[in-house]
This record gives sequence, structure tokens and C-alpha cells, in this order.
Amino acid sequence: MGKLLKYLKHYKVQSVLAPLFKLLEAGFELIVPLVVSAIINSIDGGSKDVSFVIYACLILVALGVVGLISAVSAQYFAAKAAVGFSKELRHDLFNKIQLLSYSEIDRLGTGKMITRMTSDVNQVQSGVNMVLRLFMRSPFIVFGAMIIAFFINVIAGEIFAVSIAVLCAIVFGIMLISIPLYKKVQGNLDNITVSTRETLTGSRVIRAFCKEEDEIRDYNRKNAELTRSQLFVGKISALMNPLTYAVINVAIIALLYTGAIKFDAGALDRGQVVALYNYMSQILIELIKLANLIITVTKSFACAGRIAEVLEMPSVSSVDVSVLTGSEHFIEYKDVAVNYSNSPLNALEGVTFCAERGETIGIIGGTGSGKTTLVNVLPHFYGVHSGEILIDGKNVNFIGDEKLRDICGIVPQKAVLFEGTIRENLQWGKNDATDDEIMSAVSIAQAEDVINSKNDGLDEMVEQGGKNFSGGQRQRLTIARALVKRPEILILDDSASALDYATDAKLRQSLKSLDYKPTVFIVSQRTSSIRHADKIIVLEGGKMIGCGTHDELLKSNEIYREIHYSQFKKEEV
Amino acid sequence: MPALSQKLIFKRILKQLKKYGFQLAATIMFALIAVAGNLAVPIFFGQVIDLLVVGQKVNFDAVTLKFFIIVVIIAVTCLAQWLMNILNNHITYKVVKDIREEAFSKLQKLPLSFIDAHSYGDIVGRNIADVDQFADGLLMGFTQLFTGILTIAGTLGIMLAINWVIALIVFVITPLSLFVAKFIASRTYSLFKRTSEIRGEQTAFIDEMIGNLKVVKAFNRDDENLEKFDEINDRLTKASLKSIFYSSLTNPSTRFVNAVVYAAVALSGALMLVLDVSLPIAFSIGMLSSLLSYANQYTKPFNEISGVVTELQNAIACAGRIYEIIDEKEQTPDSDNAVVLENVKGDVVFENVKFSYNPDQKLIEDLNIMAKAGQRIAIVGPTGCGKTTLINLLMRFYDIDDGSIKIDGHTISEVTRRSLRRNYGMVLQDTWLKSGTVKENLNLGKPDAGDDEIEAAARAAHAHNFIMQLPKGYDTVITENSLSQGQKQLLCIARIMLCLPPMLILDEATSSIDTRTELKINAAFARLMKGRTSFIVAHRLSTIKEADLILVMKDGNIIEQGTHDSLLAKGGFYSNLYNSQFAI
Repeated sequence: MGKLLKYLKHYKVQSVLAPLFKLLEAGFELIVPLVVSAIINSIDGGSKDVSFVIYACLILVALGVVGLISAVSAQYFAAKAAVGFSKELRHDLFNKIQLLSYSEIDRLGTGKMITRMTSDVNQVQSGVNMVLRLFMRSPFIVFGAMIIAFFINVIAGEIFAVSIAVLCAIVFGIMLISIPLYKKVQGNLDNITVSTRETLTGSRVIRAFCKEEDEIRDYNRKNAELTRSQLFVGKISALMNPLTYAVINVAIIALLYTGAIKFDAGALDRGQVVALYNYMSQILIELIKLANLIITVTKSFACAGRIAEVLEMPSVSSVDVSVLTGSEHFIEYKDVAVNYSNSPLNALEGVTFCAERGETIGIIGGTGSGKTTLVNVLPHFYGVHSGEILIDGKNVNFIGDEKLRDICGIVPQKAVLFEGTIRENLQWGKNDATDDEIMSAVSIAQAEDVINSKNDGLDEMVEQGGKNFSGGQRQRLTIARALVKRPEILILDDSASALDYATDAKLRQSLKSLDYKPTVFIVSQRTSSIRHADKIIVLEGGKMIGCGTHDELLKSNEIYREIHYSQFKKEEV
Repeated sequence: MPALSQKLIFKRILKQLKKYGFQLAATIMFALIAVAGNLAVPIFFGQVIDLLVVGQKVNFDAVTLKFFIIVVIIAVTCLAQWLMNILNNHITYKVVKDIREEAFSKLQKLPLSFIDAHSYGDIVGRNIADVDQFADGLLMGFTQLFTGILTIAGTLGIMLAINWVIALIVFVITPLSLFVAKFIASRTYSLFKRTSEIRGEQTAFIDEMIGNLKVVKAFNRDDENLEKFDEINDRLTKASLKSIFYSSLTNPSTRFVNAVVYAAVALSGALMLVLDVSLPIAFSIGMLSSLLSYANQYTKPFNEISGVVTELQNAIACAGRIYEIIDEKEQTPDSDNAVVLENVKGDVVFENVKFSYNPDQKLIEDLNIMAKAGQRIAIVGPTGCGKTTLINLLMRFYDIDDGSIKIDGHTISEVTRRSLRRNYGMVLQDTWLKSGTVKENLNLGKPDAGDDEIEAAARAAHAHNFIMQLPKGYDTVITENSLSQGQKQLLCIARIMLCLPPMLILDEATSSIDTRTELKINAAFARLMKGRTSFIVAHRLSTIKEADLILVMKDGNIIEQGTHDSLLAKGGFYSNLYNSQFAI
């Protein structure tokens, strides 16, 4: 939380004024019983002064008005500060997340990042708001009442002190015991949530294996567990109301009894006794508010901690440094090894090859062989562990990520489109691309029929996640998106998997004919997609075990041969 | 799902609560006692204060007697409150349990068309969040409403008894507080709606951009995104400032009204005492003190009640959504004289089958298939041609509209679903595993399988090696992301290798497995398929070539059928498809 305090810096005035006004309001509330006490004493004194009574009651109303004004001001300042706080926090957090490197993205995970941005920030916002509004008020009323009691009578003050201590013990004790129990309840609830989801996602398999009864039995067991834990914690929190009620009333009895003795001795008047009675009734509500506040604040603190963690992650900003290592090749990999998160096994090692402008490089291998890793280190999505990658003789570590990614057109495995028109999606490659530029990229990507099949052409809306397009359509549009920027390096990461063989072939042919001669990297599991590449790199278990043309590899590389013949029977080739 | 009317929902809720009639009656009784005790205590405290008379010795015997009465009342009230809380919890959690059990077992009996047509999130939400909301809102809300109304009525009654003039004054002013609360609530409703709309917009944006952060970074879109984000963030800030501020006015405003009520009671009470107004009622300082404490108590339930009413409405809406599932029509049960399929040979015949998911959209019009026992039937065709539909019909996940499907001469609608499905082994492209250990997933179809049987099946599916690499081998608990898609698929295949049903359905069963492993699995599949009628969907044509019968589907119809060679010779759709993979 402490680290996030800087986001209140533009709202210093509000953050001071809000609790101040709250204190003011609480102060006015504490005066009320004193006024009532004065009225009672005036009557007890046998006074017939009507104007005094009216005057005193007007003061009561006035206290209400001033209290209202202070409260409203406090609420305004608190809301202003809390909302402003979360606005700046959200901005910084979003910006920070966007700057995270791929490995940090992997480590954090999408779900977590989204939770930090949404519910965690909201929780912190309401924490800030509550603290500004209540953190001063409740203790002030509780202890203010006690202090006034001490002024009226020391013994009465002591009764207050003891009962506040006992009440605190009960309220906080019950909470301390029940919070972990509520966590358990939440855990049990999560279990049945998972079960429900699972029974839906697996409905076909469950029915195919006739497991409906087992599912129900399993669910009922978990559900009963949930109920048991709920009832258990319910039993404990059910004590809160009766116990606090008893304590307060016993305390009032003690107060009135001492009051009666002191009254008898002439040490207290009746107004004071009534005032003590009224103060005692006030503190319980405030204590419970305080306890609830502490729960909220604890939660906010936890959220704030998680947010601070993200904000403190180091972001690698690579800069454009002109260090030329020198290379005769356009792209050169020199004994590259990649290791994610210090695992004992390298995800990729011993990769050495070079590629020229206009060449096509095929990359093939089984799942988990390191194909995607090989192309992901080229635009510096991940740093290499050892070795180096040069583009035009310059190490990619020093080219500057933004510049580097401007020359790379990337088509990721997962074909993602964003909400907006097709045109807006394709302009991701180049913000000011004209319709002509877009359509030429579309035609190279074999996606003309996608555009033509839509009523609004390029203006057709893409739903979130591109749900209104088929997998193959999405794939071709993402290829077009990368082509719009006329990249010097084009990376197709298994991007034609949803295309039929004919379309895949046409796509490769039109890429060959591009006038700006990009170097094309094609990652694939099918030898048919890469067999015409200028160079094919064969990966197995993260190691480069072959590099050459299709014919060379068929002769010399056993794994390549196996892969190829698993897709094409020998006699057909 | 047709939405239920409020009245129907109410009837449904009453039916649900019937079982707990006794507890409900008891909790109402305890609530009455607790409220009565709560209200009685200030009267006696007032009487104690009246025993302190200026210029007189305090009668401590009388004071002690009053205290004794108060202690008894407190004890009874505490007990009643506690029992009420316990009973409320009991009723609430048991009802929640009942409803969830009903809803869940219903999910097992609903036709798949229902499950396919609803988002999983929606159904899960109904079973979890809506049930909680219903329980909290209705049962907790009901007790609050009930005790609130009792407290108001009781306070008013006591105030009337003590001093009806002051009671009337209070009675006239308090509605102000309700009015103020309502006024603020109605104003803030639209503000809240606006805020949550913008928040939804922001969340969707975050979801989309952070969810695909790698693409965003690949295209250097961070600046554009931040700009858009700030624009939404700005609107959200403005809207939430308004909604937070205006809604936070409720408490101070009603507190102010309470202060006015308090002042009015003090004023009128004090004036009566000062002026010695000759009323036909006795009035004292102790009574004034009691009245003041009632005036404080009296206004609180008003604030609560206005909140409770919205919660109750919400709860009824939630109940409605739950009962929509619980009361949804189940799949047609197996008829009483349904045949139990045994010793299946595997002759599968489709005769003039007509089917569509949606009556407005024709799909399968007149489908005829003859699969002889032990044959391999391959189904090919472009996406959306009806391959998956065919599986839905074979497994009777969906019922056909017309025509018939027969197995060994039995029409499948006259066979028990259980025995029909038991005779199929199914591997789908969508690899579903339940959360549990590897072993639990493998013996799904044969719970009594021994360890060596399981291992043999896993070996046949080439899953044994990677299973042994898992932290606890066959006893490793599978979590969402612990296995790759290909590994999951291997487990699904091993699952079938273990239970060996007489007929097989393989829908893209090896789509996520690399081609070298696939080649090895196919050998195992080939052994498995020997003598078993098999339906194979695949887009790798090489896996289909050995089929006895190839069905080429397009738009729900079979446009070509025959063996690989005969179809190639025919030079139609299939041969185009097949040749395209060799095109350059």
C-alpha cells in the first residue's frame, strides 16, 4: 500500500480534508448528548425557561445541519481522491503491463494481469475511499465517548474503558476466528464451481461413459462439505450480535448503578447520567463499523501489494545502440541458445544458420521441439541465453524493440482479431494504410473471398475475438495484417494450419512473388508447407539436428525423412 | 427458457421451503422474542432514571429489582437472537444445498441441445452466484425485513403508550428519511448503471488487449492502446466520482433527518415537562430519555428496509433464473420396454434420416448410410458439413427428426441410452479430462481395471512414457495447464484402449499429435479397429485412405461415397480435395 501512496500525491488536499471533515462531523455528534443533558438538568433544576429549551433544541438541529455539511464535504473529497487515485493507478498499471517482456507475460499469466487491472484496482479504490471516510471517525467516536465519560466521572470512564476492551475482544476475536473459516468456505465454493463447469464442458464424454450418477454423487459430496463449512462458521458468527448486545446492556446497568450511587452522594446530576447512557449506546455501532472497515482495508492491502508487485517488475527497455558486429548475411544466428526461467533444459540450443533477403526458411519439428522459440527470439520477444542473432550485422539486443518489430511482420499461431472493422484490424500493420494497400495484402493472403463474402467488405465488424469468422478466415486475415506493413522479415508461425492444402500452396506462391522480397520464415508441422523453402531447419527436442533443402534432408536426415513419410507414403512421392 | 412470472417464482420458493416449515416458524418466534426484548429494555432503563429524584434518597431496592428484570430480559433476548441466527443459517444453507443438488442433477438429465445452446458461464453463474444471491437476499433479507417492521411497529406502539403526542410528531417526520433515501437511490441508479457500463467497456478492452498482449507488442500498438485506454479511463473516472459521491449522500442525509427527529422529540418532551402541560398522561424525564433512545432506534430499520426491498427483488429474479433450469424439460426418458443392447455386432444403418438443430435452418434432409459390422467408415468434408452432427446422432446426443438409425436392427430410440453409449468408444477433437489423477481419467470407462491393464492401454496409446515423467506417474493430479493438447489427446485415446467397446467414433482423434507419433498410434488404432465398426473423422486424408467406406459430406448431405480408389477414379469433390495436398 505504501508504494501506491504516491498516486494520492495530486490529491493531497482532498486526502487531508476528507478525514478532517469526518472528524468534525463526529465531534458534532458527540456534543448531542451533552446538549440533552443540559436540557434535563435545566428541567431538574425546576427552571421554567422555555426559551432555553427551544434554544437548546435549535442547537441540536444546527449540529445536525453542520454535521450534514461536513459529512457531504468529506464524502466528496474522499470520492474525488479515491477515484483520482485509481485513475492514475490504472493508467500506470496498464502502461506497465504493456511494457512487460514476453517472459514476464508468461510468468504472470493473462488471468492475473486482468485481475490486477480490474478487481484489484477497484478493491484498492474502495479501500482508499473507506479509509478516508471512516478510519478517523469510528475510533474518534469510540474514544471520544470514553474521554467525555472520564470527564463526567472517573468510575464511569473506567466502565467505558473496560466495556470497549471487552467489545473489541469479542468483535475482533470472532472476526479473527471466522476469516480463515470463510476462506475455507470460499475454497469449497470454488470446488463446486469447478465441478459445475466441468460437468458442462465434459457433458459429451460424461454421457458417453454413462458417468452421470458418479458426477452427481461426487458433486453432492462436495456440496455437503460446503454446507458443513458454512454452518460451522455460521455458528461462530451467530454469537456476535447476542454477545455484544449483552455486553453493552450490562455496561449500561453498571453505569446506571454507579450513577445512582454518585447521584445519591450528589456527585452526579441526572443529566450526566442520561448522557453516559446515551454515549454507551453509540459506541457499539461504531465498533462494528470499524471492524468491517478493517476487513475491507486488509483486503485492499493485499490487492495493493499484488499491484505493487507488477508495477515493480523490471521492464527491459532495449535501446537503439549503434554497435555493428558485422556480418555478410541479412540474418545470422550464431550458436543461439534460449532458456526460459532458468530451467535445467534449454528450450533451444546450438542453432546456427543464416538467411538472405528474399529467401524462405522452413522450420520443422515435433511439438515442443523449439520451432516457435526459434522465431520468437528474432524480433527479441525473448532474449537469447547465449550466442547472438544479427540482422544486417547488428545484434537484435541493440536494435531497439520498436524499430525491430517495425521491420518484422508476425503471424502468430493463434489467429487473433480484435473488435472493430476489418479495415481497423488490418491497419494494425500500418496506421495510415490505404484501401489499395490493404486489398493488395488481402489478395496475397488469399483472403479476398473473406472480404467479398461479407456484406460490408472492409467495413464489416469483427466481434471480440473474431468469433464471427472461421478459423481459416481469421488465419488469412492475420496474414494480411502482417503483410500490410510490407515487412522485411515475415514470420508465419504455423499460420496455415487451418488452410486446406490448395490455399496453403497458393499462399506460398504469392509470397514468392512479392516485389519487396521479404525473408520469410515458415514454421510448420507439414513438410508440404516447407518443402520448397530455400533452407529447412529441422529441430528435435530443442536442438538443431539438420539444415538444408528438402532433397538434401531427405537423403541425409533421418528425422526429417520420418516426418515426411509419416505424411506422405513413400510410393506417392 | 421462458422467464417465469413473479407469482410462479414465489410459489416455487414456497414449495422449496416447505420442508423447513417448522424451523421457519421457530425462527419467526425467536425473532418476535428478540425484538420484544430489544424494545423492552429502554423502558426499564428509563424507569431506573426516574428513580433518581432530585432531593430524595435513591431507593436502591427498587433500582436492584429493575436491574434484575433487565438482566432476565437481556438473557432471554440474547438467547433468542442466537437461536434465530443459528436457525436462519441452517435454513439458508440447507436450502442452498437442496437447490444446488437439484440443479446439478438436472444438468445431467437435460438434453445436450440445452447445454450447447447456453453459455457455460451463464449456467455456472446460475448454480453458484444466483443461488447465493437468492439465499442471502431472500432468507437473510426476509429476517431483516421482518425484524425491521416488527421493530418499527413495536417502537411506535411503545412511544404511543408513553406519550402519544410525541409519538405522533415522530410518526409525521420519519417518512422524510424514507423519502430522502428513495430520492437519492432513484437518482443514483442511472449513475451506477452508466458507471458499470463504462466499467464493462473498460474490462472488455483490457480483456482483449491484455489477453492478446503478445500480438499487441508484435505490432507496436502500445501507444494507440494506452490512448484508447485513457479515454475510457477518463470517462470512467468522471462517472464513478458522480455515482460514488451521490450514493454516499444517503447516510448523512438520513442521519440528518434522524437528528431532526431527535431534536423534535427533545423539544416537545422538554416543553411538556417545563410548561407542565396538563395532558391526561404521566410524563417524566426517564420517559423522555426512553423516548429519545427509541427515536434513535426507530429510524434505523427504515434505512435498512429500503435496501432490503431491492435485495428481495433481486433475489426473486435470481430464483427465477435458477428455477428456469430446474424446471426445464428433461430429455425424453428411455421407454419402459427399451432394449438393453448386448453383444453388439456393429451393423449401423441410417435410413432417410432428417435432422436440424433449428427448425428454420435445414441441415440433414435425407441421410442414408449402411455400415456393416467391422467396417471402417471415414467421413470427410469441409468445415460445417455435418461431420460432428453425425456423431451427435450416432451417440444419441441429439434425437433425429425423422427416419431411423438402427444398430443390429434395433432402432436406437428404442434402446436404453446407457447401453447404446456403452457400446461406443469415442475420442473427440475436444480433449476433455476431468480434474483428478491420470489413473482416474484412464479408467473412466472401466472403473475396476487393474494397474497392469491401465498401463498396457497407456503403452498402446504411446502415453506411458510421458505419464511416467509426471511427478507422480499415474497418480499425478491433472491440472488445467499441466498437459499439452497432444498429451491430453493421448490420454483420451488410452481411455478407449482400456475399455474396448465394440464400436468406435474417432473425431479428429490425432489432430494435436505430431505426425511421427501419430503414425505409431495409428498402428495401435488399426489393431483396435479390427472387427469393430468405426466412424472416423479426419482432415488428414492419409489416415482415411484405408477406410472401407468414405462418406464425402457437404452441407449436411453425402455427396459422394465409396472407397478411396473408386472416389479417385470418379474425379469428383474427393479427388480434388486429395490432389490439392500435392499441389505446389
